[in-house]
Amino acid sequence: MSRLDVRKTYKLYIGGAFPRSESGRSYEVVSASGEFLANAAMGSRKDVRDAVVAARGALAKWSGATAYNRGQVLYRVAEVLEGRRAQFVEEVAASEGLSVRAAGAVVDAAVDRLVWYAGWTDKIAQVLGNLNPVAGPFFNVSAPEPTGVVGVLAPQGSSLLGLVSVVAPVIASGNTAVVVSSAARPLPAVTFSEVLATSDVPGGVVNIVTAQTAEVATWLAAHRDVNAIDLTGVAGAEGVDWAALEAEAAGNLKRVYRPTLADGAPVEPDWNADPGLGRIRAFVETKTVWHPKGL
Amino acid sequence: MVTVSTTTHTAQDLTAQARDVLGVSRLTNHALTSWLHGLPGVDQVGCEARAASLGTRSIKTTSKAWAIDTAIGMIDLTTLEGSDTVGKVRSLCAKALVPDPLDPTTPRPAAICVYGDMVATAKAALGDSGIHVAAVATAFPSGRASMPVKLADTRDAVEAGADEIDMVIDRGAFLSGDYLTVFNQIAEVKQACGTAHLKVIMETGELVTYDNVRRASYLSMLAGGDFIKTSTGKVQPAATLPVTLIMLEAVRDWRDLTGSQVGVKPAGGIKTTKDAIKYLVMVSEIAGDDWLAPEWFRFGASSLLNDLILQRQKLATGAYSGADYVTID
Repeated sequence: MSRLDVRKTYKLYIGGAFPRSESGRSYEVVSASGEFLANAAMGSRKDVRDAVVAARGALAKWSGATAYNRGQVLYRVAEVLEGRRAQFVEEVAASEGLSVRAAGAVVDAAVDRLVWYAGWTDKIAQVLGNLNPVAGPFFNVSAPEPTGVVGVLAPQGSSLLGLVSVVAPVIASGNTAVVVSSAARPLPAVTFSEVLATSDVPGGVVNIVTAQTAEVATWLAAHRDVNAIDLTGVAGAEGVDWAALEAEAAGNLKRVYRPTLADGAPVEPDWNADPGLGRIRAFVETKTVWHPKGL
Repeated sequence: MVTVSTTTHTAQDLTAQARDVLGVSRLTNHALTSWLHGLPGVDQVGCEARAASLGTRSIKTTSKAWAIDTAIGMIDLTTLEGSDTVGKVRSLCAKALVPDPLDPTTPRPAAICVYGDMVATAKAALGDSGIHVAAVATAFPSGRASMPVKLADTRDAVEAGADEIDMVIDRGAFLSGDYLTVFNQIAEVKQACGTAHLKVIMETGELVTYDNVRRASYLSMLAGGDFIKTSTGKVQPAATLPVTLIMLEAVRDWRDLTGSQVGVKPAGGIKTTKDAIKYLVMVSEIAGDDWLAPEWFRFGASSLLNDLILQRQKLATGAYSGADYVTID
């Protein structure tokens, strides 16, 4: 007798919990070759709103944690992700239409990327901060601080390595994130949220909303309680005008991380390239302190 | 501008009225007990189901805008902390005068609610704005003091200029069945209030059963309360939808019985616009639209105002707002 399939309907990841979409909607996720994979929750603007509330609530604790502690937590995420390697390989292979070997390389690169950013957490201040020379009896110190709540439009194509590469630099410096996953390939993001929930990442630090990018991106970009937005995921997203999103983001002077452009059109960056510090630098603010020199 | 009745009541008047309502020649504990215990019991499951179903109404667009402005106008903006300072009370008053500096059309709350010693400060800060000053009195929040102390507490606040007095009932006396003591205390405090409005805090979180909430509501109205109020905010659970539903039924039936209208004030734990709108729906459905005014329905709250303002900004701008756009309090 053949066994019945366990067909899955996934949910969102908001505030450390896995709620259904407030709208009650879900959509079918199909593989690169068109086969049914699972149902994913179709997040709405109100789910994004709830995610922002959760991210704002988590900010004080996460940004107040020591950089050393954040590094340990990110390393733990890498450990747990590697522990579920087989599941990720399967999902990446199905979602992106890769061979098992190629998908394995993607998962390994994602683990390595997390470890790389884990190592950076307590070195950001040394590299981006400075003791400035001033003409007076003062210490003049510039130090990077997290920008706050960051909205992230995750890449549409690279559903795991791309996702990890945009989320890790945001949270490494102490920001909290509201992530809109790849619309057509959300399953690695869903499993990644299960990884986050079972590592030591406090609830609300990363919130993942599976949604149609065009539907929720405007709300995220216009949200007054979001301090920065990463527009990487507009590349390949249907019906999304990134310039309009940037204009919405200007409503509260958000930091905007623009998508990679080729001939004026957004394209997905090469995720295997050396990430550099650009994404960390984009989501920190420099605070400069003058302190009188004693004798 | 909220109007306040200017009739004063002596405790003797109130006792005489109570005798008429009960149809007895002498107001005794026995008479009160048989009357209060003769009230129909509350169907707990039905009451909670009704309250929950009224909480599912969808209030959108223009109705929501109306509800938000109405709710703001019903707030008793409250600070009742041991750490209250003159500065904090003044800043709360400033917030009541200009709730949202970004939008001057934002309505003002109905009143500021403070401890008795802060009444003069609040009164001076509010001037002739028409915003009332409400003072908690009678050994708030426990109510554990002798009657002369409670009366002195009340008179002190009234003399300092309080427009409204929020008193607490003696829950110990109520729970031990000494209804006459509770009645007399409310009636005497009412007399001490003079022209000030009297809100009677029943502290429903300590009354244990819904039947007791109904009895305390009737007892408070019988003894001359102008408002019945759920809680001090110092005890959990504070205001809940089912408890407020019972109180709204009580004021509705009381008006049918005696012809006089009494207000309702849920206080404590109402923090979001969504909560506030659920209460407004319930007021309209249970008591009726006559109660949908600051004279007859109030919210005892502090953080609720900020959430209402955020929702108001969302309706105005079309974008979700954030805590950076309201005052910290």
